Amino acid sequence: MLELRKDIFADERDDNLKEIGKGTQRQDMLGHVTGTSSYFNDHKLQGMLHLKVVRSTHSHARIRRIDTADADRSAGVRRIIRGSDVPRNLNTLLSLINFGKDDEPSLAVDKVRYKGEPILAIVADSEREAFEAIAKVRIDYEPLPTVFDVEDALKPGAPVVNETYPKNAFIYHDVYDHQKLRFGDADAALATADHVLEQRYQMSPIEHAPTETNGSIAAPDTNGRYVVYTSTQALFFSVDTCAKILDVPSNTFHFIGGTVGGGFGGKVDTLTEPLCILGAMLTGRPVRYVFGREEEMQYGPPRGAERIYIKDGVMRDGRVVARKIRAYFDSGAYTRLSSYAAVKCAAHLPGPYTIPNVYGDVYCVFTNRTPATAMRGFGVTAMDFAIECQMDKLANLVGMDPMEFRILNAYRDGDMKAHRREAKNTALIECVQVAAEKAKWPIRDEFKRASSRKDGGGSRAAIPRTPADTHARTIAPAQQRTTYDRLPAAALHEPPREPPPPAPPPPPSPRPASPSHGAGRFSSVFGTRRR
Amino acid sequence: MAKTALQFRHNGSDVAIFVDGGTNLLVALRELIGDMTPKFGCGQGGCGTCSVLIDGELHLSCLTLAETVAGRSVETLDSLKQGPNLHPLQRAFADNFAAQCGYCTPGMLMAAKALLDRNPSPSRAEVVEAISGNICRCTGYEPIINAILAASGGRASA
Amino acid sequence: MTVTVKTFTSSSEAAAALSSDRNARYLGGGTLVMRALNEGDISLSTVVRANDQALMRIDPSGPRITLGAGVTFARILGERDLSFLHAPARSIGGPAVRNMGTVGGNLFAPNPYGDFTVALLALDATVALQGGFGSRDIPIEEFLQSRDRQAGTLVLSVSCTRPTSAEAFRYRKIARIKPKGGSVITLAAHLPISGGRIAGARIALGSMAPTQIRARAAERALEGRALDAATVAAAASAAAEGTSPSDSALGSAWYRREIVGVHLRRLLLGQE
Repeated sequence: MLELRKDIFADERDDNLKEIGKGTQRQDMLGHVTGTSSYFNDHKLQGMLHLKVVRSTHSHARIRRIDTADADRSAGVRRIIRGSDVPRNLNTLLSLINFGKDDEPSLAVDKVRYKGEPILAIVADSEREAFEAIAKVRIDYEPLPTVFDVEDALKPGAPVVNETYPKNAFIYHDVYDHQKLRFGDADAALATADHVLEQRYQMSPIEHAPTETNGSIAAPDTNGRYVVYTSTQALFFSVDTCAKILDVPSNTFHFIGGTVGGGFGGKVDTLTEPLCILGAMLTGRPVRYVFGREEEMQYGPPRGAERIYIKDGVMRDGRVVARKIRAYFDSGAYTRLSSYAAVKCAAHLPGPYTIPNVYGDVYCVFTNRTPATAMRGFGVTAMDFAIECQMDKLANLVGMDPMEFRILNAYRDGDMKAHRREAKNTALIECVQVAAEKAKWPIRDEFKRASSRKDGGGSRAAIPRTPADTHARTIAPAQQRTTYDRLPAAALHEPPREPPPPAPPPPPSPRPASPSHGAGRFSSVFGTRRR
Repeated sequence: MAKTALQFRHNGSDVAIFVDGGTNLLVALRELIGDMTPKFGCGQGGCGTCSVLIDGELHLSCLTLAETVAGRSVETLDSLKQGPNLHPLQRAFADNFAAQCGYCTPGMLMAAKALLDRNPSPSRAEVVEAISGNICRCTGYEPIINAILAASGGRASA
Repeated sequence: MTVTVKTFTSSSEAAAALSSDRNARYLGGGTLVMRALNEGDISLSTVVRANDQALMRIDPSGPRITLGAGVTFARILGERDLSFLHAPARSIGGPAVRNMGTVGGNLFAPNPYGDFTVALLALDATVALQGGFGSRDIPIEEFLQSRDRQAGTLVLSVSCTRPTSAEAFRYRKIARIKPKGGSVITLAAHLPISGGRIAGARIALGSMAPTQIRARAAERALEGRALDAATVAAAASAAAEGTSPSDSALGSAWYRREIVGVHLRRLLLGQE
């Protein structure tokens, strides 16, 4: 039940709330349509200098030597900043909430861990002069073996991407190399399930591609303070991150932000402010550091890729009785926010369904890719993609309509979730019913009558006996093909073969994907479900 | 650095500036004249955020060498509002939720103005074509298309 | 070493300036040269311009038409006599890019751009060049093959065949984004029909090799035949022959090779 604390701010609030169902103008709309909304870059400061970074041309390499002799003498160059100039040249974003170890330098010193990693910052009178100086920097690299695949990265002997985490996995609470979820006995349930379906899902990194690129302008202010105009989506977070990296009190900075030209999660990493402010500190002049479009697309952090294995046990009547998931979140070379993404991913298992036996392992893995960051439901979105693809395949496997299959397995008020919390205010059933109605998708009356508020709880509220883990490591499951999958290219040249059957009973011949209402197999939904 | 003198009309006023060799019109407008309404989005002609009108024709200011506008007329979003009164396009964008982050809005409005100036009653397809060089990452294009159509309807009936 | 802009009144002076300076580039509509400057291409330190009205000339009459190098795509779209070139002109950019981009510049546009040049290649174009030592006309194929070495020469104009009928020239740009996006593949076909049979077929492809190329195997499959289903099928199956596409964000080399025949078949059959 939602509680409204009406006593709080009673004098500041109009209780005559009638907002829902009618349009309300944005506060910033007038500024937007007149072009007077002030973005970070809409400030022209007297004597402003321009900062560009020298980026690694290797995905993984030791830096043997950095020669800036020619660049130092290049016209218009005011200052070349090295890693040794950064007061605290190691940070991790979530250290502000004591989560994770400092693992990322502002400017690489000993080695580079992804292509495009900043090594030097050049502050010059003009962008052109900064570009000319960049071309004069000589960096001697010793290339190192690379790893770009999350599962390869976890194998023994894989190249160590980030020495802070020598096993290439983020370590939670100084002990655990992954997030674990255990509820019931998934292996036992898989062994007795009518069908077992095991699948592999892969989601690619996604670039936010905001129309305004990441950037900031920093300028010396009075009393030794600095005013900073920034594109950040997380202003106070950025203030504290800069204070830590530059080793000054946070009230050294007057950050001005708030109007962001598109963020979507891609402007929370405090990518430009520390070097920009440092440039202003070292030159005593206003400095601007703004990403070009290619920098934004190539080196701006993306939504991290995820690889997900799902192994489900399903009964002929459509009940999902076991779900076993292994997921790998590709953090790229540094942690940023991916440790949190993996937590969210684990917290989302097994999706909005009541499944009595759930087993989940979620890893946050380091590879030689561009570090990943936040983006609209990161950690959850890819898992939902995988789970919902899997639900369609399972419905197909047991010959059920996919909408009805979801209603059958949906969580209801009073059910016990795999996280040992009671499900409250659930509404998946109603969402599916409305979606079916809007899409004119026929579902049978018993499913139209189903409700999130009925038939939950009871035996569905029990916490099952959950065996402790044995320490044997699970081996990577093989991809099992379904009628949804295309033939792999190699198989096109030989007669099609049945996929190897999984250990439990072989699957029945695939049914057509069209809605099928097998009432005989599935007569008493709630009766069989309760057992 | 050698500077080149440059005069042109900016939103109806004569302006004179000195530009460095290779300076683009976007930088000239923003940093030398102080008109911050056109925005930098890509520097390569892919986003339309920097769109302005040159002699009434839609151009990308980031790909325009500043000195090529000598003696010509440049209009930016700053020219649309007449005193305190919004241009019908600005009003329609506001009323139709055609801006979210607002960053693409200056370019969208100039592309829309270029269309309506020569075609006061465009079809939906013509509106889509007119803003096909402008990228919006927030609202989706439907509210923007609806706003331009609404503004053209308003004009037609006025 | 900052950027110097040199503006001339005649194309011959501009050509002389261009050929005497390795770091000079000629500024047409700006979509290539200004982009390079914006992105920090320091190999470019001299920008050469010419205000020569000859570069803006359009001669739309006769069996071969001539377009000055400085003619924009918007101007082509305004010429009723050039309707056969409207589809390629309209397929380029949004309105702003069409107001700026030029016929001459398009000859230098790398993948996934250069769509107009695909049409010119199918229409047997010749390119008029002004070098340090006079001017000459060369076939567009020869120009494209040596494009990397043409930076020191100035393109004055391009001439191409006017198709005898609307049916004889077909053009299509395959893009993932509607209505506008970079080319996955661009196709143009000139199919003059003589006595019910194709005589002098030219098929040009964009984004299927480092520069725009002709699909010669497909042309051979069409030559001397009626444009029937069997002929079209033969041409489509030969479409990928001799191509060398690259992987890009818009499509992999494999994908391009797989679909080029499909799109050629649709183009030849007039299918959507």
